[in-house]
Amino acid sequence: MTMLMSTVTPGRLLPAGGDDGRPASLTRHWATHGPLAIPTGDDPKWRAAMVRAVGESGLVGRGGAGYPTAAKWGASIKARRSMVVVNVMEGEPASAKDRVLVHHAPHLVVEGATVLAAVIGASEIVICVADHHDMDIGPLKAAVAELGRSRGSRPISIERPPAGYVNGEESALVGWLRTSQARPAWRPDKSVPLEVGRRSVLVHNTETVAQLALIARHGATWYRQVGLADAPGSTLVTVTGAVASPGVFEVELGMSLSDILWRAGAGRSLSAVLLGGYGGTWIDASRLDTPFAPGHLASLGATVGAGVVVALPPGSCGVAETARVVRYMAGENAGQCGPCVNGLPALADAMEQLADGRAAPQVLDTIEHLAGTIEGRGACRHPDGVVHLVRSALRVFGADAIEHASGRPCSGHRRQSLLAFPQGRRAGHGS
Amino acid sequence: MTTERPVAVRLRVDPVACDAYGYCAELLPERVTLDQWGYPIVDGRPVDGALVALATRAATECPRRAVHLETVATRDRG
Repeated sequence: MTMLMSTVTPGRLLPAGGDDGRPASLTRHWATHGPLAIPTGDDPKWRAAMVRAVGESGLVGRGGAGYPTAAKWGASIKARRSMVVVNVMEGEPASAKDRVLVHHAPHLVVEGATVLAAVIGASEIVICVADHHDMDIGPLKAAVAELGRSRGSRPISIERPPAGYVNGEESALVGWLRTSQARPAWRPDKSVPLEVGRRSVLVHNTETVAQLALIARHGATWYRQVGLADAPGSTLVTVTGAVASPGVFEVELGMSLSDILWRAGAGRSLSAVLLGGYGGTWIDASRLDTPFAPGHLASLGATVGAGVVVALPPGSCGVAETARVVRYMAGENAGQCGPCVNGLPALADAMEQLADGRAAPQVLDTIEHLAGTIEGRGACRHPDGVVHLVRSALRVFGADAIEHASGRPCSGHRRQSLLAFPQGRRAGHGS
Repeated sequence: MTTERPVAVRLRVDPVACDAYGYCAELLPERVTLDQWGYPIVDGRPVDGALVALATRAATECPRRAVHLETVATRDRG
């Protein structure tokens, strides 16, 4: 793995014992979770009960957008022919939760996808796993084969789209299934379902479907036993950076950021934390008492995103770290929309010059102008994420950014990158 | 009571299709300006009256067919 996971915590989603080296098996899965009955054909009563349970559970999608899961089903339930796609693309370089799930709990993922197919009446399930050496699909293949013999199973195939930051964006993923080109589509009306052939496609994140397998067993009340009233349940986070035990952790929604960092062995003093992902938000270390839940994070301009938490130690340069991310994200654009294709490299140039202390005095104005020009003008949200990250960096590292802009970069800008970048695509700056 | 309904339209640009020809900004500078790379920055407020014809031209004359018009309900406007 590019990013070594020393820790995988047990919980609802991940088996007791965590990463004990034993492979996932159906026997072990049933011993942990108990059996799950999924109707073989159409069962309107069961379907209605599932829709109600998932609605009452308050489950929201775990891919980054945080949209209520049951609300996303609306158009698909009415569709005549439909297909379920499980998104195991995990394009966020600092996230490992989805690959950990398909490795350690593949049966939950397969069951959840089957539950979803039974709810919306889909005849086919496609699990899309990024074609990347970090993605071991052995356990998933085995789980598909084992569960394929059980009652209620639907035809499941595993596909391997190319890895890449934007390739997991749902219209890009569906586009790849249709044309073998993974490029985000311009969708002025998002309520129009994505289609492959003449089938409407419902795309769900890996963790989202795994949660469905649990809700189908235990119900909404059980799901809501942990977490907050307005953000119920547990979720997977990937904690890396300046922590002793980087890894994937299952946490209750509403746990404070400092408690999450403590579980990963973070030291007492941190400079800042990157939340959500590479299109996420820098949070100042003084705000780590904030609960990890959408409503609370919104007050910091942040979201749960893909559950990424990166700890930045004192002495590291947040400006330089951000510049590397922007360069990486510029290289990950889909080559489609002018403002993103031209704007992100220009923004990366300006951020690198700022980080190195060799920028023109008005560089901060230049950066803000570029950010304003790029924002909201792509087919997908890729450029918006970068703009959001840059603005949060200039907020949280504002005093340092002014020093950098005055030609006095901090010593931290020469440090090695804290943030990880997929091999072969590493950003060139500063190392 | 008149039954005549004023028509107003809103421009939207498909950023994937757009190749920065810039015709839309020439035809309808009231709503379209160009960024430093020549791509349109669209003001989403609807246009009506004489500008509707120009907006329609912006849509039909775009070589990439990237300009889309959205008719806006204008009941009781003006």
